[in-house]
Amino acid sequence: MAEVIVVTSGKGGVGKTTSSAAFATGLAQRGKKVVVIDFDVGLRNLDLIMGVERRVVFDIVNVIQGEARLNQALIRDKRVDTLSILPASQTRDKDALTKEGVGQIIEELAKDNDYILCDSPAGIEKGALLALYFADQAIVVTNPEVSSVRDSDRILGVLQSKSKRAEDKKDPVKEHLLVTRYDPARVEKGEMLKLDDIREILAIPLLGVIPESESVLRASNTGTPVVMDAESVAGQAYKDAVGRFLGEKVEHRFLEPQKKGIFSRLFGGRAA
Amino acid sequence: MSWLDFFKARKPEPASASQAKERLQIVLAHERIGRTREDFLPKLQQEIVAVVARYVAIDPGRVNVSLDRGGDMSTLAIEIEMPGPQQNRPRHAAAS
Ligand SMILES: Nc1ncnc2c1ncn2[C@@H]1O[C@H](COP(=O)(O)OP(=O)(O)OP(=O)(O)O)[C@@H](O)[C@H]1O
Ligand SMILES: [Mg+2]
Repeated sequence: MAEVIVVTSGKGGVGKTTSSAAFATGLAQRGKKVVVIDFDVGLRNLDLIMGVERRVVFDIVNVIQGEARLNQALIRDKRVDTLSILPASQTRDKDALTKEGVGQIIEELAKDNDYILCDSPAGIEKGALLALYFADQAIVVTNPEVSSVRDSDRILGVLQSKSKRAEDKKDPVKEHLLVTRYDPARVEKGEMLKLDDIREILAIPLLGVIPESESVLRASNTGTPVVMDAESVAGQAYKDAVGRFLGEKVEHRFLEPQKKGIFSRLFGGRAA
Repeated sequence: MSWLDFFKARKPEPASASQAKERLQIVLAHERIGRTREDFLPKLQQEIVAVVARYVAIDPGRVNVSLDRGGDMSTLAIEIEMPGPQQNRPRHAAAS
């Protein structure tokens, strides 16, 4: 039976899609069977970040409306063979998603996957609610910034009241905090919320801290999930987080400003 | 490459922004067409499967459509799994 994981945040643009792509790829690289679903109907982007945009034929709405079968809409990743992607529709509106339809898709995918990742759209409207409804676990993506932390708190409340687990009075959705775009240099200068402050306020277990890194833009330019870039600090931080998710004890890294060597201090150059 | 790059201790990589532009041009060209015209792929597939099914007992679940969008040319491949000669009986067609 698969675990359903929602990647959510409330606030837009904090790194949900980047994290969904990295996590899905990272889990698949560890030999797990993974499918990642884009719930951002009308504004799909996961296909671009995963680099499969040229191969999208059908999408989740086609499947829900019976126009295509699920296995036809799934795109198999060419780099990691246990990974597949279910794209969102770009042309329909969010009302095309139904609870029953999504439930059937998840049930079907659960038969032959270990993990089903749901990349949530921003907000707390229909698309976001459906993305989290079936979740067993939630990765709450948070930036070190006041509005992001507040919205994360809001989405935690939604998880605790509007998820299927909450409705069925089962064990609650297991929550994980993933802090992204963390810039230790700015934290040190007192310009950015500290990790400890975020942890204290949200009070959920910490899964990982992904540093602000130039390699994330490079990864999206080329359509390669950043976790595949072994030199990137963000990629390494995602890899660590995947290890922790799988129950390994991995120390947190990249929490302190990078000590710059004489050459990089002379010639510039920021975090890889 | 200037002599300064030698000191950057990073292997030179092709700039990724040009890849971003190329990918966007291709995907947007296709999306813009899609906005003015209904998505015909679901229907196209149904009709092709129906035509094939008139001649061979096929399982509609074993039809795979794949697409590769390109700048000058796209390839659409419709793969239909056909039963072997011994199995060309309705029994196979009934399997889902
Ligand atoms: N660790 C990071 N370092 C630098 N930039 C990052 C990092 N994580 C994400 N970004 C950038 O932040 C922007 C938003 O990321 P992303 O699209 O993943 O967010 P999102 O939460 O999915 O957004 P939306 O709410 O619109 O779906 C992108 O430009 C991405 O490249
Ligand atoms: Mg997104």
